[in-house]
Amino acid sequence: MTAAVTLDEVSCVFGHGASAVRAVDGVNLGIESGEFFTLLGPSGSGKTTCLRMIGGFTLPTAGRILIGGDDVTMRPPYARPVNTVFQDYALFPHMSIRDNVAYSLMVRKVAPAERARRADELLELVQLAGVGDRRPAQLSGGQRQRVALARALINQPQVLLLDEPLGALDLKLREQMQSELKALQRQLGITFLFITHDQHEALSMSDRIGVFNVGRLEQVGTPHEVYNAPRTRFVALFVGAANVLDGELARALTGHDSAMLRPERIRAGDAAGARTSGAVAEAQYFGSFTRIKVRAGDALLQADLPDGADRPAPAVGDTVHLHWDTRAVHALAGGHA
Amino acid sequence: MTSALALPAPPRGLRLRTSDLLYTRRGLLLLALLAPPLLWFGVVYLGALFALLANAFFGLDDFTGQVVREFTLRNFVALTEPANLDSARRTVVMAVGVTLACTVLGFPLAYYMARHARGASKALLYIAVMLPLWSSYLVRLYAWKLLLAREGAISWLAAQLHLTWVLDAVLATPAIGGPSLSFSSIGTFIVFVYMWLPFMVLPIMASIERIPGSLIEASGDLGAGPGTTFRRVILPLAMPGVAAGSIFTFSLTLGDYIIPQVIGDSTLYIGQIVYRQQGVAGNIPFAAAFSLVPIAVIGLYLWWAKRQGAFDAL
Amino acid sequence: MPYDGPAGLAPRLGAARRRGADRGAPWSLKVAAWAVVAFLHVPLALIILYAFSAEDKSYVFPPPALTTQWFGVAWQRGDVWAAIRLSFEVAAWSTALALLLGTLAAAALARARFFGRDAISLLLILPIALPGIITGIALRSAYHTLEIPFSFWTIVIGHATFCVVVVYNNAVARLRRMNPNLVEASMDLGADAFQTVRYVVLPQLGSALLAGALLAFALSFDEVIVTTFTAGQQTTLPIWMLQELIRPRQRPVTNVVAVVIIALTFVPILLAYYLTRSDELRAA
Repeated sequence: MTAAVTLDEVSCVFGHGASAVRAVDGVNLGIESGEFFTLLGPSGSGKTTCLRMIGGFTLPTAGRILIGGDDVTMRPPYARPVNTVFQDYALFPHMSIRDNVAYSLMVRKVAPAERARRADELLELVQLAGVGDRRPAQLSGGQRQRVALARALINQPQVLLLDEPLGALDLKLREQMQSELKALQRQLGITFLFITHDQHEALSMSDRIGVFNVGRLEQVGTPHEVYNAPRTRFVALFVGAANVLDGELARALTGHDSAMLRPERIRAGDAAGARTSGAVAEAQYFGSFTRIKVRAGDALLQADLPDGADRPAPAVGDTVHLHWDTRAVHALAGGHA
Repeated sequence: MTSALALPAPPRGLRLRTSDLLYTRRGLLLLALLAPPLLWFGVVYLGALFALLANAFFGLDDFTGQVVREFTLRNFVALTEPANLDSARRTVVMAVGVTLACTVLGFPLAYYMARHARGASKALLYIAVMLPLWSSYLVRLYAWKLLLAREGAISWLAAQLHLTWVLDAVLATPAIGGPSLSFSSIGTFIVFVYMWLPFMVLPIMASIERIPGSLIEASGDLGAGPGTTFRRVILPLAMPGVAAGSIFTFSLTLGDYIIPQVIGDSTLYIGQIVYRQQGVAGNIPFAAAFSLVPIAVIGLYLWWAKRQGAFDAL
Repeated sequence: MPYDGPAGLAPRLGAARRRGADRGAPWSLKVAAWAVVAFLHVPLALIILYAFSAEDKSYVFPPPALTTQWFGVAWQRGDVWAAIRLSFEVAAWSTALALLLGTLAAAALARARFFGRDAISLLLILPIALPGIITGIALRSAYHTLEIPFSFWTIVIGHATFCVVVVYNNAVARLRRMNPNLVEASMDLGADAFQTVRYVVLPQLGSALLAGALLAFALSFDEVIVTTFTAGQQTTLPIWMLQELIRPRQRPVTNVVAVVIIALTFVPILLAYYLTRSDELRAA
C-alpha cells in the first residue's frame, strides 16, 4: 500500500554560508496510511519545519516529499491533499464559526446551503453543535481548538497535520483532548501527523513516533520500541528518565560499552546477588514511588522504588543494594552520541 | 467533493498558475508588489527631484533668461551674498525659536495627557490635539490674521486690560516688531508656534506613555521627590519624543513661505526667496541651489535626531 | 501592560502607590495643559464667530452685530463652488491612487526583509518630510522640461505622491499586527493567493485602509503649497483661500468658507480616529 507521506532525503537550510542553519538535515521518513504518527523532539529540533514542509508552508532546499505517492515537493498548500491544525488555531476573526469551518468549501464554490449543512455536521462531530453563529473571540481556547479541528477535517484530507495543538490547554483539558483526538482518529481512519515536545503525550497517543534532534531523525518506532530500545543516547534521555552508562562503569555493570537502564527497572534488595551497592545521595518521595540517587563509581544511578514494598524507603546516607534484570539493560549504539 | 486520492490533477488555469508561481518564487511576488510604487516614486518623485537639484549646478543666461546647461558653481557663490546669508540665518533662528517654544508649551500638555488624563477626558484631549493637526493650514492661518489684525481680538483684549502700552512697546522693538502684530516677526513667530504645536505634543505624549509606570514608582520608592523623578527619569526618557517632534517643527519652519508672506514684515525667509526666484525671476538654478540649504540643514538635523532616538519615537 | 516588577518589590511599590502617586495632577499642570488646548482652539472658535459678523470691511473685534446673511451670499458665489468641486475631485483621485500604491508597498514591506527595505520606507516618507516648496518646484520644472501643460492630472500626480505614505503607515501597522498564520491557514484550506487576499487579507486590512483613505483625503483637500506649483490657472479651495488671504475680496464670505472647511475636514478626521481607535482596543 502506498505510504501516506514519504520524505526522501529532505533538507531545509536557512541562510547562507557560515551562518546557515540546517533546520532539517537529510530526513528520510515513511508514514503509513491511517497511522497516528508523532514527531517528537525539543524546540528547534526540526520537527516543526518538517511539518511545515509537508504542509507546503516552507519549501525544502533538497529532497522530495510525496503524499499518497504524488510528488508534492514544490506545490503550494492549496494544491496538497493535506490540512493543518495550527498551534494558535489561526481562526479567521472576521468570520463566524460556521463560515470558518466551511471556508474550504466556500473556496471551492460549494453552494451556501450545502456548506452550512456540512459545517454543522463537523461541528457536531467535535462536540460543538450550536456555536455556529458566534465569533472566534467569543469562544474559549478549548472550543477554538475544536473549531480548528473541524475546519481542517471538513475536506476529508489524506493527512491531517497537528502542530502542537494541545500546548495552550491546561492539564485536565489537555488529557481530555488527548483521548478525544485518539478516538477521532480511529473513527475517521485519517492519517494524523502530530507534533509535540511532550514525551508522555507522544507515548500515550501514537502508533509510531519519530524522534528529532538538531534536524535529524534519530529513531522511528512504536512507543514501546522508542522507550525500551532507544537507538541513541539522545533518545534514551529524551523519552523518559534514564540512566545512561558509558565506559568503564558500563562495562563493569552491564558488559556493554554504552547502555541504558530505566530507573523503574531497578529494585532495592539484599546485599546477596546485588549488581552494585552504594550510599543514597538524594531521596524524593513521589507518592506512588520514591526516587533515589545512588553513588556508583563516579556516576549517580537513579532508581524509582515503588512504594508499599515490604521494606521502608531508603533515606539519605543509607547504603542500598541494587538489583535489575539483565533484559532491562539496553545497549546503546555508538557510545557517546 | 473530489476524492482526495487517485484522480490526476485537473489542468490549472492561468490564475492558479500565477498563484503557484508567486508562491514558490517569493522574489517575484516582491517585485510584483513593489514595481508600481517604486516606478511611481522613482520616475515621478526622484526624477523630478534630481532634475531640480541638477539645476543647482547650471546657470542662467543673463540675456535670454534661459537656463544654460553648463556646469557652474555660480549659484553657490551667490548663496554667500549678504542678503542670502541674512535670510538663511533669519530662517534658521526662527526655526530654532519655534522649536524651543513648541517644546516648552507642548511638554506640560503632553505630560498631562500621558500620565494623568484617563478615559473620556484623555480621548477628548487626544482629539483636541489631533484635529488642528489635520485640519486646514490656511484656515488656521486665516484665523490668526483675524486675531492679530490691528482692530482684532488681541488688540481689543489688550485695551480691555489697559495693556495697550505693552503691545505698542513690543511692536516698536526692532527685529521683532512691526507696524502691527499681523505684520511683524513676533506675529510670524506666534503663528508658527501655533501651527506646529500639535506636531510636538503627540510624539512627546507617545514617548512618555511608553515609560513603564513601575520606573516612576521605583524612583519614588527609592527616595526621589517628584521634581527629581521628573528631572532624572521622565525628562531623559521623553527626549526621543521631543527630538521626533522637533523634526517636524524645524523642517516645516525652514521651508514655509506662506506664513512669512501673510503675517511677516518685509524681510525674506528662505522659502520666500526660493519662491520668488523660481517664479518671477525665472531663476530656477538659483532657486534649486537655495533649496539645497534647507535640505542640508534638515539632513543634518535628521541625523542628529536619529542619534537621539527620535525615529523610534515616531 | 505595565510590567509589575519582581515579586519582592510589589509590597513596597503598593505602599508607594497608596502614599503619593494617586494624588492626581497638581492643579498648575492641569491649568497649563488645558490652557494650551484653549490656545489651540480659540482661533478656530473665533472664525466661527466671525462668520456671523455683520461687519464686512474689517476684522474688528468684537463684531458689531451678528447675522447669517453671509452664508447666503457665499452660497451664491460660483467661484467658491468651483473651487470646492475641484478640490473634491483631486482629493478623490489622489486618495484612490494613494490607496493602490500605499497598499502594494505595505504588503511588500510589512514582513519581508531584504536589502534596501529601509531605503524604500524613507523614500515613501520623503515627499512629506521635505518642505512642500521643494516638491512643488521639482514637479513644476519637470512638467516644464517635459512640456506637459498644467491640468487636473498634474495636480493629482503631486497629491498622490505625498498621500501614499499616509495610507502606507496605516496599512503596514495593521499588517504587522495580523496573525501571519491566517494566510497560511487560508492556503492550507484550498484558497490560492488571489482568493486568500480577497477573503482573508483585505477584510483584515479593511478599516485600516479606510482610515488611511480618510486621512489622505483630508491631507489632499487641504494642501496648498505643492498645489500652487502644479495647478497652473486652476483654483482648488486652498488656492482660493490663499488668494483671499493675500488680497481679500469679500471678507465675510472668506469667513464662511473657512467655517465650511473646518466642518468638512473635522468629519473624516474623527471617523479615521474612531476606526483606528477600536482597532487598538481590539488588539489590547
